[in-house]
Amino acid sequence: MSNINYTAVEREWGMEDTTLDRREMVKLLGGGIFVLFHVAQSSSAQPRQFGTYPDDFNAFLRIGDDGRVSLFSGKIEMGQGIYTALAQMLGDELDVALDSIDMVMGDTLVCPSDMATVGSLSIRTFGPALRGAGAEARAVLLQLAGERLGVSSDQLAVEDGVVFQRGARSNSVSYAELAQGRRIERRLEGTASPKDAGQRRLCGTATSRTDSVPKVTGTAQYTGDVQLPGMLYARILRPPTHDAALEHLETSAAEAVDGAQVVRDGDLVAVLHEYPDVADRALALFEARWSVPNATVNDETIFDHLVEAAPPPQPVASAGNLDDGERLATQTFDHTYREPYLAHAPMEPHTAVAQVEGDRATVWAATQAPFWLGGPVSQALGIPSANVRVITPFVGGGFGGKTNPQHAVEAARLAKQAGRPVQVAWSRKEEFFYDAFQPASIINVRSGVDEAGRVVLWDYETLFAGSRGAELFYAIPHHQVVARGSWGGRGGGSNQAHPFAVGAWRGPGAHTNVFAVESQIDIMAAAAGMDPMTFRLQNLQNDRMRRVLEAAAEKFGRRLEPAPSGSGYGVACADYAGTYVATMVEVSVDRAEGTVQVLRVVCAQDMGEIINPEGATLQMEGCITMGLGFALSEQVRFDGRRVLSENFDTYEIPKFSWLPTIETVLVENTELPPSGGGEPPIATMGAVIANAIHDAVGVRLYELPMTPERISEALGEG
Amino acid sequence: MKQPIQFQLNGRPTNLTVDPTRMLLWALRTDAALTGTKYGCGQALCGACTVLVNGEAVRSCMYPMRLVAGKEVVTIEGLARNGDLHPLQQAFVDHDALQCGYCTSGMVMSAYSLLAKNAAPSREEILAGMDGNLCRCGSHNRVVRAIQAAADMMEGARP
Repeated sequence: MSNINYTAVEREWGMEDTTLDRREMVKLLGGGIFVLFHVAQSSSAQPRQFGTYPDDFNAFLRIGDDGRVSLFSGKIEMGQGIYTALAQMLGDELDVALDSIDMVMGDTLVCPSDMATVGSLSIRTFGPALRGAGAEARAVLLQLAGERLGVSSDQLAVEDGVVFQRGARSNSVSYAELAQGRRIERRLEGTASPKDAGQRRLCGTATSRTDSVPKVTGTAQYTGDVQLPGMLYARILRPPTHDAALEHLETSAAEAVDGAQVVRDGDLVAVLHEYPDVADRALALFEARWSVPNATVNDETIFDHLVEAAPPPQPVASAGNLDDGERLATQTFDHTYREPYLAHAPMEPHTAVAQVEGDRATVWAATQAPFWLGGPVSQALGIPSANVRVITPFVGGGFGGKTNPQHAVEAARLAKQAGRPVQVAWSRKEEFFYDAFQPASIINVRSGVDEAGRVVLWDYETLFAGSRGAELFYAIPHHQVVARGSWGGRGGGSNQAHPFAVGAWRGPGAHTNVFAVESQIDIMAAAAGMDPMTFRLQNLQNDRMRRVLEAAAEKFGRRLEPAPSGSGYGVACADYAGTYVATMVEVSVDRAEGTVQVLRVVCAQDMGEIINPEGATLQMEGCITMGLGFALSEQVRFDGRRVLSENFDTYEIPKFSWLPTIETVLVENTELPPSGGGEPPIATMGAVIANAIHDAVGVRLYELPMTPERISEALGEG
Repeated sequence: MKQPIQFQLNGRPTNLTVDPTRMLLWALRTDAALTGTKYGCGQALCGACTVLVNGEAVRSCMYPMRLVAGKEVVTIEGLARNGDLHPLQQAFVDHDALQCGYCTSGMVMSAYSLLAKNAAPSREEILAGMDGNLCRCGSHNRVVRAIQAAADMMEGARP
């Protein structure tokens, strides 16, 4: 990455007390031109503030005397592509080539504090501040160049990091020369304006990922690839169920394994070995007896339990008067929609490596939230939180599931006990067991249409799905939307509602809400005898949504007929935090087997300004493909607090054989700032497939996933 | 328990003294310090650990070292020649056929084996041949395109 003298920084860092100012730390990075800036954190995902870092800046960039630009950000790269897109944004402001930018990400020693990499927020909230900082740096460089070249800075232009006089190109100086022997520190004052859209070269240009060569050659480092001298691999004793109590443990057989070391730290018991697989075999020799809590709910009875446990309703939106809506409606529809617990199942399970030396610790971790780990790790070790450095290598997928500190804490505790570096790499079974699932959730809707096919009534209640995706973009005069509990914090309100930890899962809550909303809209369209596209357009009040629907329809190229038409076509749309998305699919349903093959997906998205059309497209394709899973197969099986989904044979995620053709359309909207692109299309996938199944065979599925059993059952009833 | 096991690893004669019941994945990652091959599931369900043994794609998480003796093992680290990417690697780069990249080594090795058996696979043959390799990010359609492009490149390179 960058040519930082980490050793010097670390040495200095360690000698200072725990309140060492981040600006002091920046000084240790040596010469160059620095711009420090602050990125406002979103209020929608509150950070857990463990650190004591100053918050007057939380990112910075540096132009070094080698002409290279380093961007220091607490964000991390987990496949979403900001490694590339943030560099594009900065490169444009500085007029430097993309390959002259080094990304330094997720290292809490050298990167200032950041909330976490969640919620499709990196480009949306970090991007604008980054542009401001780039503009500020460019202004400083132009000023220096003007002095050096003896011309006023308004006569200067920049190309690829070389400043030159307009009309006298040989009168030039490079950024590297300007940074030579200097140390200039600037705070972002906002006096220099970022470029207008028309002046940008890198942004808006489809750009291949800049992290792919290491990823295709096996040299990209993930946390599990960190191998330190003397490092031991840990395998940890795990309970058979959540909240099980250990009654008896015999470890002598494991201790007899050559090279195995059994370590206990309170409730944490592990085998350490120089080989992870040998540690695993030794762990299997433990004889443990557990007392297991009584099973009260399972994956069948959970929904009844959740109805009982749901906290009181909180208003999301309302207008008009539901009684008036009832009077205007000529047809009304009452339906309940359900979605089960979903696992994140990133291909890289949670992994952490810890090295503890005296009152200092370094932790490498697969995490979306490096700045949320220092506090828990320091508490576990009894050291100041500022003495914990967290380094985030490439992360092998997150999807909202890598924000908990458990793996890092475990590695740190074991490293302290062992007096050697320790790697904790969860098995796939552990990954399923400790995942903070997307919560099971329930939506109740009562809606009505009038004779003209206008939606006049909408009475909508979500249980544990929150409000995301439940906000209305249809013009419904009489409506009420309430939310009982959300997708985080064990459901909110009632602490014991869920038998496990729950949390954000790519497009949290929205895929449940959009499944319900867009299924219900389709039901009304069919009852009104209208095709689902015309019905939507007629009831819309939103031009951006209209545009993406029309763009999708044009690409799809087939006219929708009133359902069920037998064609197997479906449409669904969503406003996901300001990104508008419309998805159309074609499916075929095997009536005998109840199986669904999604043949074709067309998706149009308006996300405001698009930084990297290639990256945005990759994220759309990823959302579509991943979304086939929660729509068709994914469901965490459990009995009481025992998680029965343990691997990919008991939790089926999308495979190549499911793959539809995918066509995406990015709807130009450069006048709006960039909004998020990591999640929106996934929100539509449940509804669009449900709608297409209905169009194909005339049955309606109200519960996800839409398995062959459920489809067969529905066909049998029909 | 430990015994010397000789085999070819990425074209080089290799001798590892290991317990022959240990799985190839862990010997590669620890004894041989080749960490490009990944653990994903431990039960041959996801394909992240795929390597070639005598040209066949195997799941190294369930392939014991005793079976490796005398054979030729190729991992993701063994595909590039003198710094030049293998056509499959180049095609994965060209088509952005990866996101987080954790499944990528296994994808490339499975695709290598697929093309070795079928130099010009149809889309359906690629989908069937790659079905045991999981990707959570959803890069599947790019992987299919990359394999098709690599097949074309390799076909063109043949005399």
